[in-house]
Amino acid sequence: MKGTTKTAIPYLVWSVVFTVIPMLLIVVFAFTTSEGGFTLDNISKIGKYSNIYVKSINLAVIATLVCFLIGYPLAFIISRASERAQKNLLLLIMLPMWMSFLLRTYAWMTLLENEGIINTLLTQLGFEPLQMINTQGAVVLGMVYNYLPFMVLPLYSIMVKIDKSVIEAAQDLGASLLHVFFRVLLPLSVPGIISGITMVFVPSISTFIISRLLGGGSNMLIGDLIEQQFLGGTYNPYLGSAISLVLMVIMLLIMGIINSQDSDEMEGMLI
Amino acid sequence: MKKIGSKIYLFLCFLFLYAPILVLIIFSFNQSKNRANFTGFTLKWYRDLFQNELIMTSLRNTIVVAIISSLVATVIGTIAAIGISGMKKRAKGIVMNITYLPVINPEIITGVSTMLLLVLICNTITQLAASIFGVQLKLELGMWSVLISHITFCLPYIILNVLPKLRQMDPHLYEAAIDLGCSPVQAFFKVVVPEIMPGILSGCLMAFTFSLDDFIITYFTSGSSFQTLPVTIYSMTRMKINPQINALSAIMFVVVLVLLLLTNVSPSKRTKRI
Repeated sequence: MKGTTKTAIPYLVWSVVFTVIPMLLIVVFAFTTSEGGFTLDNISKIGKYSNIYVKSINLAVIATLVCFLIGYPLAFIISRASERAQKNLLLLIMLPMWMSFLLRTYAWMTLLENEGIINTLLTQLGFEPLQMINTQGAVVLGMVYNYLPFMVLPLYSIMVKIDKSVIEAAQDLGASLLHVFFRVLLPLSVPGIISGITMVFVPSISTFIISRLLGGGSNMLIGDLIEQQFLGGTYNPYLGSAISLVLMVIMLLIMGIINSQDSDEMEGMLI
Repeated sequence: MKKIGSKIYLFLCFLFLYAPILVLIIFSFNQSKNRANFTGFTLKWYRDLFQNELIMTSLRNTIVVAIISSLVATVIGTIAAIGISGMKKRAKGIVMNITYLPVINPEIITGVSTMLLLVLICNTITQLAASIFGVQLKLELGMWSVLISHITFCLPYIILNVLPKLRQMDPHLYEAAIDLGCSPVQAFFKVVVPEIMPGILSGCLMAFTFSLDDFIITYFTSGSSFQTLPVTIYSMTRMKINPQINALSAIMFVVVLVLLLLTNVSPSKRTKRI
């Protein structure tokens, strides 16, 4: 169907106006004063919030790592199950994803509270109640709980394609279990690992709900900081844009590092 | 031995995934507001939920927004996909990069950037109305801005679902229809659309569910007067203990379960028929 490219025009206009221009606005606002002049103040003010950036990156990295450690064996077990079982297990992995993530996070709130179910059980059993809500651990738990399926699904879809005979061949040739894992299984699943990491890391580092519901006031993340500048008491879209811009740059850098890792691995595999 | 090990692991993972949801559902039948002790069975939270004006209005808003935005996105996206598939490689590359932008961008960035533009539009129109026409018109964020933002994030899913179907389609089909006397519009509706229908439908369904479920982008673009269900749920979780949330979770869980089972049963039947 040559010569039909004109039908894309309404979409192009739409996405330039509502996708490209808003992104440019973030850049413009990041360097603008409230009177409209050019400034670097917004960017330099961010130094003040460096601890929040560090904390966000930290927690997101930990959550991604935990998701990987839980998700990798899980995806492997599912990919080696019978076809019927695979379908059912995948359905079970996806089912919570379709429920509002607010409700899922709220569920953990009721479990972890000081007078919540876990602490009630602990005191009934004669233990000391634990401080679980409003801790960094609770925030990481919330991230892992919400985004674990995002890790499992891409890992599964790559592992299901790995031929059983490749693993058997490695074993026949005398590779130990560890060898099979590090030399065969892991390198072959790199593309799935990359997309799993991306899909967990991006929402984790930019969340503001999980940190607010489970982390309380003392565990503010970048997402909360941005939200406050746009909808909170300290309305300042200029500073908010600068914070968002820096977040995007950090994410691009981290994603760049991860993806370059990918091409190295690929080359290694070819050799 | 190995089998038992992996069974236990699976069990623990699913316990982790489902225990919190099950607890929510169990406590939706709890008589007291206490979230830790079960004191007796009741259905009053469900009754309260259905009588809750705010929740019912926001549910209606959510459904209206999801229907309109997924349909508009489907129309614009489908014809866009046809245009994109006819593009030269370079132009196609640029357009696809723009298309992927909302997919890979963190939602909060999409939310605040769209909000910046929409607020700017509101202020400009308000000022223009005042200075040129002398009218006191105050344009505020509301349903229209939610619709715009939802259509924007729905569009890529339509395009990404329709494009592969177009690639699979025999390009001569369209030409044959023209040769046999169809006008381009007729050829489009009678030949192209039926060919790519599965892609359109799955894209539309995806867009619909994403729109229903979206919180973050809506939160930034809805303003103060218009609320969708996720936004209402958020304000409920911020307030005091409210077992109506539990009742809502239980209903949503059952609805999702039924829908997933239905959609997962039907495709296998269809493939069998083929």
